[in-house]
This record gives sequence, structure tokens and C-alpha cells, in this order.
Amino acid sequence: MIEEKFDAIVIGAGMAGNAAAYTMASRGLKVLQLERGEYPGSKNVQGGILYADMLEKIIPNFREEAPLERHLVEQRFWMMTDRSHTGLQYRSDDFNEESPNRYTIIRSQFDRWFNKEAQAKGTIVIAETTVTQLVSDAYGKVIGVATDRRGGTIFADVVVIAEGVNGLLGSRAGLRETPKADHVALAVKEMHFLPRETIDARFNLHGDEGVVIEAAGTISKGMTGMGFIYTNKESISVGMGCLVSDFAGTTETPYGLLEAFKKHPSVAPLLEGSEVKEYAAHLIPEGGYKTIPELFGDGWVVVGDAAQLNNAIHREGSNLAMTSGRFAGEAIFQLKTRREPMTKQNLALYKKLLDESFVMKDLKKYKDMPALLHTQAKNYFLAYPKLMSNAMENFLRVDGTPKIDKEKASIRAFVKERNWTGLFGDAVRLARAWR
Amino acid sequence: MSIQPARVEEKLFQNRYLVDAGKPHIVIEPHSTPSKNLLAMTTLCPAGCYAENSAGQVEITPDGCLECGTCRILCEPSGDIVWNYPRGGYGVLFKFG
Repeated sequence: MIEEKFDAIVIGAGMAGNAAAYTMASRGLKVLQLERGEYPGSKNVQGGILYADMLEKIIPNFREEAPLERHLVEQRFWMMTDRSHTGLQYRSDDFNEESPNRYTIIRSQFDRWFNKEAQAKGTIVIAETTVTQLVSDAYGKVIGVATDRRGGTIFADVVVIAEGVNGLLGSRAGLRETPKADHVALAVKEMHFLPRETIDARFNLHGDEGVVIEAAGTISKGMTGMGFIYTNKESISVGMGCLVSDFAGTTETPYGLLEAFKKHPSVAPLLEGSEVKEYAAHLIPEGGYKTIPELFGDGWVVVGDAAQLNNAIHREGSNLAMTSGRFAGEAIFQLKTRREPMTKQNLALYKKLLDESFVMKDLKKYKDMPALLHTQAKNYFLAYPKLMSNAMENFLRVDGTPKIDKEKASIRAFVKERNWTGLFGDAVRLARAWR
Repeated sequence: MSIQPARVEEKLFQNRYLVDAGKPHIVIEPHSTPSKNLLAMTTLCPAGCYAENSAGQVEITPDGCLECGTCRILCEPSGDIVWNYPRGGYGVLFKFG
């Protein structure tokens, strides 16, 4: 039984929870962090890419200690059909800089390190402990938590809910709704191990350079979804994700889609001979700005994936999580310093900090994209990739057909599939939602 | 291109688990015919935990559960299942994540 009262309790040791705990503990607050996994990180899953800027704002010299895999020098976007991909590729030696901007990471290992840093600042961490309930007083103010360990309520001035996309506590306490099936994607991922030199050779890499491949098209069978390939030092993370509501309307299995993606002629040679050491699944918040729940209340704030803070268009989540955790920590620290109570009114400061940052500005910018991609999935994920592939093959194959006829044939194919109004509408809808 | 039926058991075999014997963290409510969403879990569950028995009801063996929460999203609001996290320290133990 823990008798003392904490300044803050953080539920969860993912990106958002660790950022919040680190921020508060390093400013002298008495912080307790609870994690249900065997160790902090053991329940956490991500592709995953780390965006340095957001971590620098928390731990400026993180590069000296953090378990980083490779810094990214190249990005490939693939529009896939069953036998081809049309690619957009960007590689620059400018990414080989003193302080690189993006890294691949292995989440369980990274989170374990991040949490140790929070502990070094004074955070008390108790793992293997599942929080079972948010405890409120008669006025509805959250005053602590109950866990599956023996002992009663653990009390704190404020609870930072960093329980992840599938968080039970917030929805059970009526603070937010359970995410809807069309607001979350299910992603599955495998870790494929290969010798470092083999990865370097297959992806044209030197030293710690890394590549990201993001792929969309017929691989998702007409569902809103994507595949990804990330190079780590001695492994490749390969995954595939689709919207849960789309999956529910088919008989496709997530592992079946992953297998098909791995066997695709553009992917198979990259993975050949690898040893698979882990298979994971995780939900990804995809609903964007319009699905963000209430972010604060009397005695609580919610951060990271639990708050749906994920930019699905740019595949950014962990950086939004980290930033939201940091802002929550800073807001709580400011209130504490001013000896102000953790009321809903005062904790609005957290939301204000988020609103003024890239987090809310980016999510707001793309507020209409999720709905567009979800309702137009067949066009954007099936029709256009096939049309692009046909046009590219037509352009490249030399067979004696006059070029003018080839060009007309390609354009005719687009018009036949979508007609002029449809093509124009798709372009306008995409431009509007992107703006 | 036809998809070979993938063997999910082989994938789960790579993972580490600490199973809380006798205390399943997901329980299906008794039913005579499964709801559409519950039936969908027989293909949608990424760990293949859900299966239809010979009487047409859906059963669960959550030992290989990856704790993603997909079934909770689809089946908890309707009351088809009861979903809790495993006790602290139990369940899937990711090494890489």
C-alpha cells in the first residue's frame, strides 16, 4: 500500500507517458508512473520512426545514449499493383548531417531507455501493474487510481492518462468514447533479421544510413490501408495496416495481407533469407482532428494515442505523443509552481500549449483527409494505382505503337475508369482536404 | 495473385507470452448466433484467437492475444465480449515491439 500522495501519476510508459514523467520529474515534481508490462516498453509497438526534434526538446543530448537504429536518408513511396509498383523516391546526402532528423527505432528497446531516463530524473516507476480504475471524489474530480496490486487507492493531484490507443480507463470513467471502427487502423508487423551487410547492399546504404518504404495500392484489397518497410541496423520491420471498419466488411485476414505484401515481387527480394523473430499487432488512431476527445478535466489530462493525436497522412504519431506528454508536464509544473489547483479550468493550459503547436495545427490542416480516404478507398487504393501502372508500362514498353496513340490510350483508360467528372472531382476533393 | 492461407500459429510461435492460466482477459458472452462483428473476428483477429465451433457459435482462446484491442473496438460496445487487460506482467511480452 502506497501511503504518500504524489504530485502526479502517469498511467503508461509509452512515448507520451515517458515524456510527461520526464518533464515533471526533471522539474522536481513527485511523479509515480505505472506500467502494466513486464518492463516499460514490453507492451509497446510501433513501425517505428523517431523524429529527433521533438525528443531534443525533452532530452537535448539523446543521441549520445538512446538506442537508435539508422538515420533516414531515403524515402520511397510506392503505388502498388499486384505485379508492379510506381515509385516516388527521395534520397539526399543532406540527411547525412551532424544531428539527423529521423531515425528508425525498435520501440520496446527505445522505451525502456526513455523510461530509465525518466527514472534517473526521479520518477518512481512500478511495472507489472495494471491500473484498473480512475478514482474520483464526490464531485467527479479524479483524485487517484486503483491497481490490480494489493492496497487501496494511490492518490495524486493530477493523473496523466497515457494509456494508449486502446485505453480502457478513460472510456470506462466516461471521459471519452471508445474509438469507432472507422477511426482506427489495425496494423500487423514482423521483425525480419538479416546481417547488416545484406541490408546495406539490398537498400544501397552505408554506415548507419536507413531507408523507409511506404506502400499503398492493391495490397490493401480496396481497403484504406498501407504497407511499410523500415530498415533497422540488423533487421527490417515489415508491416501492413488497414482500417478496422474496412477489415470487418471483408474476410481478409491481417496476416494474410502481410504475407501477400511480403511475397510481392517488389518486396520479396528485400526480405529473402531473413529470420523472423517477432510478430506484433497494434491499433493506430486514424480519425484525426475531428475525433480528438476532451483532453483535460478536473484532476486529469489525456495524452498521446489515447487522445487520438496521430497524423495519419504524414505517419507521425510518436512525436505528437511525446510533445503532448511534454506539454501536459509543463502545464502541470506551471500550475504547481503557482500553487494553483488541478482543476479543469486551470488544466486548459495544456490544451492551449497544444493548440499553439504543430500538433493541433497539423491535425487541423488534414481534418478532412481521413473521411475522404475512407469513403474513396476503392478509387485511391485500387483504381488509380492500376491506372498509373498501366500508363507507366505503356510509356516504357517499346512495341512500334506511335507515341501519340500510346498517350491517348493512357488518358482514355483514366477517363473510362473514372470519367472526366470523377477525375476532376477526385482531384478537387484531394486538394481541398489537403489544403 | 491468390493468397496462400497464412498460418498465424507459426507467427505467434516467435513471440513470448506469460499466460495467466485460468484467467482469460477476454470473455465472450453466451450467444446462440454470433453478431456480425463477433463473427468477423474469426478472420480479423491478428492472433487468430477467435474461431467458430461446429454449433455456429464463436469461441475464444486468448493465449496468443497481441492485446491490440481490435475486438474491443468492434464487439465491446454491443456487449458481445468483456475485455480487460491481462493482470500486470502477464500477456504478450514484446522484445522488439
